[in-house]
Amino acid sequence: MPLPLPARPADLPPLLRAEGLGVRYGGRTVLDGVGLTVRPGEIVTLIGPNGAGKSTLVKALLGLVPLSAGRIERRPDLRVGYMPQRLAVDPTLPLTVRRFLTLWGKATEAELRAALAEVGAAHVLGSAVQSLSGGELQRVLLARALLRKPDLLVLDEPVQAVDVHGQAALFELIDTIRRRHGCGVLLVSHDLHLVMARTDTVICLNRHVCCQGKPEEVGRHPDYVALFGRHAEALALYHHSHDHAHADDGCVVPVGQEHTPHDHHHHGHDHGGHQHAHGPGGHDHAHGPGGR
Amino acid sequence: MPMARGVTTMPTARGAAEMDEFLVRALVGGIGLALLAGPLGCVVVWRRMAYFGDTLAHSALLGVALGFLLGIGLNIGVVAVCAGIAVLLTFLQEQRKLASDTLLGIVSHSTLSLGLVALALMESLRVDILAYLFGDILAVTPADLAWIWGGGVIVLAGLALVWRRLLAMTVDEDLARVEGVPVRWIRLSFMLLIAATIALAMKIVGILLVTSLLVVPAATARRFAPNPEVMAALAAGFGAMAVLLGLGLSLQADLPTGPAIVLSAAGMFALSHLVPLRRTA
Repeated sequence: MPLPLPARPADLPPLLRAEGLGVRYGGRTVLDGVGLTVRPGEIVTLIGPNGAGKSTLVKALLGLVPLSAGRIERRPDLRVGYMPQRLAVDPTLPLTVRRFLTLWGKATEAELRAALAEVGAAHVLGSAVQSLSGGELQRVLLARALLRKPDLLVLDEPVQAVDVHGQAALFELIDTIRRRHGCGVLLVSHDLHLVMARTDTVICLNRHVCCQGKPEEVGRHPDYVALFGRHAEALALYHHSHDHAHADDGCVVPVGQEHTPHDHHHHGHDHGGHQHAHGPGGHDHAHGPGGR
Repeated sequence: MPMARGVTTMPTARGAAEMDEFLVRALVGGIGLALLAGPLGCVVVWRRMAYFGDTLAHSALLGVALGFLLGIGLNIGVVAVCAGIAVLLTFLQEQRKLASDTLLGIVSHSTLSLGLVALALMESLRVDILAYLFGDILAVTPADLAWIWGGGVIVLAGLALVWRRLLAMTVDEDLARVEGVPVRWIRLSFMLLIAATIALAMKIVGILLVTSLLVVPAATARRFAPNPEVMAALAAGFGAMAVLLGLGLSLQADLPTGPAIVLSAAGMFALSHLVPLRRTA
């Protein structure tokens, strides 16, 4: 069973709050008037089409991209664990996972093993980083973020290059981690279906914030539907039958109790939230396309 | 100063064989440079900066001209110009107006040409340009040795100082920045280290062949290295072997020394692929 949430996120002071963010690249406006808040224990998901500025927003929040407008407040001493979209390590660099995890920052061997075990990747400790599958690499990146004992986890497209089973298991893992560590999570996804059941707040982005709220609200929002078309309708239908499961406290309902047969959807997506509880790592087949 | 030589012949070791101390100095200087170039070259390879290094090296001739012109010494002139070009390149790359390799192609060849033109215009000066382009290891003076070993120790110490941060940002620059690595400063420091290495290497293998001493031993070391530090040490070792072998070949077969060293390094790279091994990392 998932652990209970440490506290209702809404009662806690925010880890990160951004207001009126604007980013411009070479005269082109990439982000305009974006605001967002992440609280401890809360999962906030950024969705939007390609080119919507999701990664740019994440980088702006992390201070990697200069702002043209707006401001960002971080809780003092905020520790951020960041998981980049991909990792392109040159094949000429001899780098084991063990070394990768200790490149910068300190960690004992026991801490390394614990972090890898937590993400279900204990077996890759001595492997070359370049030899990992897509799913294994994402888990190792997650372990590195966890080793920093973060208050806030920032995950940019964490399930890219991971097959469908792996995606579900990874989202489950992220959910478990935020419950166990009580950290806030800001994650980027191109697909709301995948993150539906494990997200507290969805922010639909297309250079500006189109709409935001609980996943089921966003799924029905006209702007979201306009942006995502048919998929969005399927999602709204899908979520209609689930509203009751979220109504009581607004928190994510434990996976096991949420299970409902869902063969009434015909849009060909796999629903991340409805895979039955594989243990972390139990179903990560090592045939992702990431083995560079 | 380079020995008086015709510009049409390149230096070989046989002509200097009777002068033992020339050979000893050549060997000591060459090996010192190889020990320096190995670890630095590994980072160049990991960060895919071979063409960048080449561009800096080409600009070194401009530094030679400047050194003569201002009377500040060639080494200082070369370091100053290479460092200036490195900063300029970083700035231009951040503008993202041109693809990186196009930019390097422009800067590389225009600085080399500018250097050649500047040296040609300095009529009072008779310079053996070939010695700068391809090196003149047999003309290494005790002062050169002091530069190579003294400067080499400083450059290696600098590299050791930024090593972990450099590795972290080589793996992923954004991740390194989020984790508190001052990426811009580390990148700049590394460029200055390369600039200094080029100045020190110019005498040994020459401007046109400097990059090979950085890249080839590192590439050879890759197959045998379980971690970055071992790779750096192996690259230093392979580089030193290439210097030894190249000098020997130059002596035996009357080959131009700089090219003989580079060919030895390349030969070792090719041969290394015949060694069977079980790859660990």
